[in-house]
This record gives sequence, structure tokens and C-alpha cells, in this order.
Amino acid sequence: MAEQTLPSGRGTIRAMPAVPKELERIPLVSNQRGFAWLSDKIAGVAEGRAPFWWWLAFLPSLSLATLLLCMLAYQVSTGVGVWGDMRPVMWGWDIINFVWWIGIGHAGTLISAILFLLRQRWRTGVNRAAEAMTIFAVMCAGIYPAIHVGRVWFDWWLFPIPNSNGPIWPQFRSPLMWDVFAVSTYFTVSVLFWYMGLIPDLAVMRDRAKSRLRQFLYGLFALGWTGSNRHWNNYEKAYLLLAGLATPLVLSVHSIVSLDFSVSQLPGWHTTIFPPYFVAGAIYSGFGMVLTLLVPLRKICKLEEVITMRHIDVMCKVTLATGSIVGYAYAMEYFIAWYSGNPYERWTFWHRVFGTYWYGGWAMLGFNALLPQLFWFKWCRRNLIAVFIISILVNVGMWFERFVIIVGGLYEDFLPSSWGYYMPTWVDIGTFLGTFGLFFTLFLIFIRFLPLIAISEVKGVTPQADPQHPLGGAKHEEPLPDDVTA
Amino acid sequence: MNATPSKPYGVIAEFTTPAAAMLAAEKIRDAGYTRWDVFTPFPVHGMDKAMGLKKSKVGWFAFIGGVTGYACGMLMIWYMNALDYPIVVGGKPMFSPYSAFPPSYELTILFGSFGALLGMLFLNRLPRLHHPLLKNRRFTLVTHDRFFIVIECGDPKYSEPGTVRLLEEAGSSHIEAVED
Repeated sequence: MAEQTLPSGRGTIRAMPAVPKELERIPLVSNQRGFAWLSDKIAGVAEGRAPFWWWLAFLPSLSLATLLLCMLAYQVSTGVGVWGDMRPVMWGWDIINFVWWIGIGHAGTLISAILFLLRQRWRTGVNRAAEAMTIFAVMCAGIYPAIHVGRVWFDWWLFPIPNSNGPIWPQFRSPLMWDVFAVSTYFTVSVLFWYMGLIPDLAVMRDRAKSRLRQFLYGLFALGWTGSNRHWNNYEKAYLLLAGLATPLVLSVHSIVSLDFSVSQLPGWHTTIFPPYFVAGAIYSGFGMVLTLLVPLRKICKLEEVITMRHIDVMCKVTLATGSIVGYAYAMEYFIAWYSGNPYERWTFWHRVFGTYWYGGWAMLGFNALLPQLFWFKWCRRNLIAVFIISILVNVGMWFERFVIIVGGLYEDFLPSSWGYYMPTWVDIGTFLGTFGLFFTLFLIFIRFLPLIAISEVKGVTPQADPQHPLGGAKHEEPLPDDVTA
Repeated sequence: MNATPSKPYGVIAEFTTPAAAMLAAEKIRDAGYTRWDVFTPFPVHGMDKAMGLKKSKVGWFAFIGGVTGYACGMLMIWYMNALDYPIVVGGKPMFSPYSAFPPSYELTILFGSFGALLGMLFLNRLPRLHHPLLKNRRFTLVTHDRFFIVIECGDPKYSEPGTVRLLEEAGSSHIEAVED
């Protein structure tokens, strides 16, 4: 409806005042695209018939998600014995994958909250997809603790709900209980933040909708948003507050996850460096996943002008920075293991790289501390194939980090007679593959029905959105810069 | 046009750039109108000042939510682990503000976030799925690339020719009446 009323070519702004070369910045939206173009392009991805590539990606994802359902049904009906968890390794792939997925879920809130507070305007190009990724990753993560308790029908005992046994309340002196609150709060607040950002864009979808059903559904969830400035006034303050609340939240969630380990007395777990080390690793893996998703997606959906090479470039730099922090944490762990003089600490850390699971230790050091160092080089940040491959290896490395910490910390415990060797079973592997299915199924549904880039936010960072800018309609009394240089 | 003429809601004026809408908003503010609004596809920086809006009160909702969350967390944990069913675990105190802090901290954020979102919706009187403007065909461009100013008939300063003239002088490219 909207595009019919527009004369052709209206979406692109032609005139651009000359700026001295030294002052030129790479724009956040390439080719000086206008508001109308942005609406049409971004909303267009979620309109019309589903393209062939979408089905090509969706059907395998859905099959894997079904596999997850089968694995969970088998596990619940048979018992946790179908997993490879066995003395002395009682935390295996279940907790590895829980921590891995929840770590991935950290980039979304970092991009949407911390970068918002830091006034990083490039976040607008990637925050919506990253937030969606966060929510789906936390859903995948949440399955594991719920299932690994064994009797899932007692999961509600985790929550402070009165039960018939006294009631026996949850034990809040355990970090595992803190984890319940951290993860469920993280999920809820991520959904609130994501939905709040979606309200103006749902109104965009409502106003573009051609069928009655779409009009009704988008209209329902847009809550009657009109773009009123009196509303924007409250909206912007609420968004800022949510960003301010989500920032300490994102830092606390993985800190609390790390306390699950560091509050115990196990060598390799019992360290004070864990909270910051886990948070840095989580953001590192999250950015890895954002790059893995967006590098192909911007090409397939032809969104290269909104998710530009500049966006890829800065995300590579964040990956480099957080990867280096993780590398520093590894170095510090090794130093303290040696410096403490504690023979058990020394034993554990020596066996990380020369023990039974030596490959895990080297994968973690190589992929997390060394590999991102390639992003120091511009040619690497500009080479999309290299970025894509590195972004996948980032998460391979982060998976091995959790493997090394969990299995590597448990398989040789204090009594040599009970030392064991941990192997995942086919159910472990099937469940893990299944979570990928769930993740990609949800993500693909998301890009089919919701704008995968925050339309109103991207419009707001273009030069023509600034009433002080000549492209925004400002009339300057003094001569424009090109008159000065001429 | 219509068989039953409906009540007018106000006049709607269209602008093509944020600067034009902002200049017009300043004029309308200075003319003393109270029941009017600017509609934009994204928040325009400086528009709050141009309209003479006060600072948003959403912060209070988030603050009260946060305080409630923290107090609820501490009280709940104290009641459950120290009062209603105390169990000795590893010789730790029944209640300690340190071990009770992480869940209370999370509840602070949880309730504060709900306060911010619900407070925003409450102050904006949303959800409101029926609005006279949403029936206007041209108004659908507000989420696309246009900027609108609407002055309601209920405004004490409103007068059919005067208000339209003001909007014309403010540089609107298209003005029409909106029905309720």
C-alpha cells in the first residue's frame, strides 16, 4: 500500500553535501539510502512467499528439532543413564552444552544494552538479530538443566512455589539456585527488551500488511503504536532504563554460571578469576555466533547496505578484544596454578594439555586465544570467508573450553582408584545436534515473520534523520562546507 | 461524502523532513496549543524540546520495580530458609545477606525491567488498538518515511481556519481533516 503512493526512486536520497575528505566517515547505511528504501528492504525480507533458500534451511532444521524431541522423550522415559555421565564425571555434555549455549546468548544483550549505553550507533544494524539469537540460545541452554535433574516432573521444585512436603523450600545458599534466578531473569528480560524494540517495527509491518490476517496480528502486537512523539519520549527513556538494567544483568548471568564451578573445591574450578573470565568468553562466543549467522544472511537477504563491512569490521574487533581477554585469563590460570605451589592445581593444568584430553586443551588455547589474533589484520577482517570460518572455530574453541573445564576437572578426581574416562553416548550427541535444530528453526521462523533489523533504529542513525543535518532538512544561515572549500 | 457525517478528530499536516516537522512543532508550541502531537517514524532528536515536553516519568516505575524486587528477594529467602523451614547446610548461617544477594539482585533487575516496560505502556495509554489516526490511509506513511503533526479539535485554541493557516505557514506539504 505504502509503496504505491510513492513516486519511483523516492527511497534514495541523491543530493549529498560535500564534506572535506578528512572528515568523511564510513556511513552506517551505504549508498545514502533513505527511509522508504530501508522500510521496503528490511520489511521485504519478512514479506511475500518464503524463498527457496529458506525452505532449504528450514526443513533440515525442523528435522533436527524433531530429533531433539525424540532424544528428550527417550531420555525422560528411560532415565539419565542413557547419557555418558558416569563416576567420576557426573557433569558431562549436559552442562557443557548448557554453558556453551548460554554463553552464545550473551552477545545479544551486550550489543543491545552495553553498546547502547556506550552510544555505539552501529549496533542498530545487528541488534535485532543478535537479540533473537540470544533468546533462542538461552532456550536451548535452558533445556539442559531442566532435563539433567533426571525427574523432570519435579523441575518446579526449583522455583519458590509451595509444595506438599512441608513445604521444603529451595536452598538459596547454593549457587545452583542463584543460577535458576539468573538464567530465568536473563531470558525474561531479554524477551522484554527484544519485544520493546520490536513495537515500532511491528507497527511498520502492520502499516505495510496487505492481508487482513497480517494486519490484525501485527496490529495486535504493535499495541496501537502510532509513532507519537509523546510516546517516543517515554519509550526512549524506558529503552535506556532497560539497557541500564540489562547491562549489570548480562555481566551477572555468566558470573553466576561460573560460580556453579568456582564455589566448589575442585582444582581447576576453585578460582576467583572465573566470573570475569566466563563473561569475556561468553561475549567472545556470542560474537562468534552473530558473525556466523549474519555473514551469510546479509548476502542471502541482500542487506549488505545495512549490515555493511564496517559492521563486520567492528564485530571482528570485539571478537579480537574478548578473545584476547580470554587468552589473558588462560595465561593467568596457568601462572596461578604454578605460582600457588599447589600440586593438585599443577597436576590439573599440566593434564589439560598433556593428559588424556590433551586435544581439548590445545583446541581451547588455539581457537580462543591465538586464532582471533588474525583479526589484528585488516585483510582478515575484510575477507568474509575467513571471518565466517574463524567465527565457527571460535565456538568450536569455546565448546572445548567448557569440555576441558568440566570433564577435564572431573575425570581424575582425588582418589586414583576412581579415575575414569568420559565418553558421550549417541543420546548425548543426538540431543546436542537437536538443540541446533531448535535454534535454527526458531531463528528461521523469526526472519520469516519479523524484521531482522531494527527498522526504526536504523532510520534514526541515518544523516537525513538528523534535523540539524542538511539532509534532514536543516537550512543553514552560514555557508555550507562545500561553499567554504570552493 | 459519507452518508452519516462523523465527528471530526482534528487536522493532520504532513512534512517530509524531520527539520520541517521540528520547526512547525516549535511554532505550534509557541502558539500555545496543548492537545497536539508530532508523529515520526523514529524518535527525532530535539523534538521533545521543540514540543515543550517534560522529562519522562518512566524512571519512577523502574525504580519502584527494582526496589520491590530486591526487597521481595531478601524477604523471600529469609522467610524460606531461616524462618519457615530452617535446615543447617554446611554450618552456614540460616540467612546471610551475601548468599541471598545474587537472587535478590536478579529480582531487582527483573522487576525493574517490568516496571520500565509496563510503566512506558501505562504512561502512553497503550495498548490502544483503535485510534482515529490508524484509520487514515495517508497516516500509514508515519511508519515509512513521513512526519505528521496532528492538532485535535478538542484543543481550546483550535479554530478551523486559524489552525490550518498555522500549519500551512509552518510549511506543511499536505493538510487534511481526520474523522473520529
